[in-house]
Amino acid sequence: MLNKTGVPSLSLIKTKFPEQNKLFKAKAITECYEEIPCNPCSTSCPFEAITIGEDINKLPVVDFDKCTGCGICVYSCPGLAIFTVALKKEKAIFKIPYELLPYPKVDETWKAVNRDGLVIGEAIIKKVILKPKQDRTLLVEVEVDKNLLYDFITIKE
Amino acid sequence: MIFKDLVIIGGGPAGLSAAKIAAEAGVSCLIIERDPFLGGQLIKQTHMFFGSEKQYAKTRGLDIAKILIDDCLKHQDLIEIMTSTTVVGLYKDKVITTLHDDTYNKIKAKSIIVSTGASERFFAFENNDLPGVYGAGAVQTLMNVYGVKPADKVIMVGSGNIGLIVSYQLHQAGVKVLKVIEAASNIGGYKVHASKIRRIGIPIETRKTIKRAIGKDKVEQVEIVSLDDDWNIVDNSSEIIDVDAVCISVGLIPQRNLLSMIDIKTKFIKELGGIVPIINEDHQTSDKDVYVCGDVSGVEEASSAIVEGYYTGLIAARNLGKEHQDFKTLNIDYKNQLLNLRSGPFGKKTLKGLEIMKEDANVK
Amino acid sequence: MRIKEHPILTFPEKKKIWFTFNGQKVFGFSGDTIAAALHALGVMTLSHSLEMKRPRGFYCAIGNCASCNMIVDGIPNVRTCVVSLKEGMVVKTQTNKGDLNDI
Repeated sequence: MLNKTGVPSLSLIKTKFPEQNKLFKAKAITECYEEIPCNPCSTSCPFEAITIGEDINKLPVVDFDKCTGCGICVYSCPGLAIFTVALKKEKAIFKIPYELLPYPKVDETWKAVNRDGLVIGEAIIKKVILKPKQDRTLLVEVEVDKNLLYDFITIKE
Repeated sequence: MIFKDLVIIGGGPAGLSAAKIAAEAGVSCLIIERDPFLGGQLIKQTHMFFGSEKQYAKTRGLDIAKILIDDCLKHQDLIEIMTSTTVVGLYKDKVITTLHDDTYNKIKAKSIIVSTGASERFFAFENNDLPGVYGAGAVQTLMNVYGVKPADKVIMVGSGNIGLIVSYQLHQAGVKVLKVIEAASNIGGYKVHASKIRRIGIPIETRKTIKRAIGKDKVEQVEIVSLDDDWNIVDNSSEIIDVDAVCISVGLIPQRNLLSMIDIKTKFIKELGGIVPIINEDHQTSDKDVYVCGDVSGVEEASSAIVEGYYTGLIAARNLGKEHQDFKTLNIDYKNQLLNLRSGPFGKKTLKGLEIMKEDANVK
Repeated sequence: MRIKEHPILTFPEKKKIWFTFNGQKVFGFSGDTIAAALHALGVMTLSHSLEMKRPRGFYCAIGNCASCNMIVDGIPNVRTCVVSLKEGMVVKTQTNKGDLNDI
């Protein structure tokens, strides 16, 4: 699937998630399935929660006990392949990278989109963060239905 | 005639890096660049780069260009820069003829580093010469350097990193990318790039190719067909799509024309992108005073071109009698960086190509 | 067509540069190459093939391919994708391989 369409399978996606009971706080999900020479997620993490090691081709490994869900890796990943997610009651709160216009605004309702680019529900914009250190990659906090946990990936106006 | 110790032909990532290190070692150099500005193809890369901190990972390509240019400007006493200047002749006695506006000039160098990069590969299909059939890199130049929207509706042919990245950048510029087609059975580029464009609604379809472009004075439609596993066209698979541009991203070819003028030994190594100069470990060609680095010596990512540039600048300076004060440390560091960049699955091809080259590299 | 808004890049307004294209007075902006300015004006045909006289647009935009060769200020075979636009330039579509006697 991934090699032919760019869409990872559900079972592959799940390998990157911790147990759901760990998601009471936000955790980084590194959707990096292929060895490429790249390590900013690891070097940018202030909590040493993401390990790649000497060989920068290795896949990142997240220590979910150390990960605070701060989101620094989300805008540091050159592949825009990292997001954070937390479960709050019936909702999943995601922090995603975003580099398209127009920018979303807080309290707007956008479309929730899956890895196939299809609309799968609604996403309520909770926070829109753009600091100089993010270098033009927006960090958008959105709230979607909990049952979209493994499907949601981005937003569309 | 101008006399120079080291002339660097091509002011892209490899050339700029080479100049910086050579100048640090005390060599006076001249960078000759055909474009009106330095930076090569980095100046149109709006995405963050991979690699590690040493190759400026997570910095956007256009900002890496600024860093490399600034590094050179810090050595203004030693680095001379000629832009909008094309090298039109290279001679065995290290004389370089250049053209700037209407003026020809002659430069005599002790050593030359050729860092001319690569050009976009083209391929055969009916009406491939219609205006509107563009190299993907050309489209990137138009929109990211000049701010000109290349088209409204495009199809991307080829799913290597350039095809995937440019598709994303077209979308950012407000251009509709209808789909990315790939003749091979798998996506060629990094999957993170593929996923990034798939989620914004751009389909990637493997085992498909373009059969022809349709239009009178410009591209109006394309015919797409499916391929079977033996690369034959599948019956009744034809699909006609309305587009106003076709972007071709089917790979790069090392730009070695200048090297042919001085009979540098070359070899066809498909893993490195085609015909490449044969070089030794020191990046010396069959003429020991002519070095190459970056894509001209084998097509790779820009991160590798930067490190190759540093390495070649270091060696060329030493051979000119100016050993860098940190020569030993840097020498090992650059080699390790290159090895690290090439040690994953994507680097296998380059490593294989370099192995093949070693068989011929008795040119020391 | 010019890009006005972009999530990563900014394109501040630049000085207008007037030039002539096939006898018509048109303008681009400072910093443009000839080919970029023409493309922004919607001009896609820059030259013609030598035998069949088929229209040719640009292909590589970085001075490699010669598909954008035009006659600029009377000089044929100018790679318009790497030559900066200048005030008052006279640009013409090229239909032959370029002849010194034409200059």
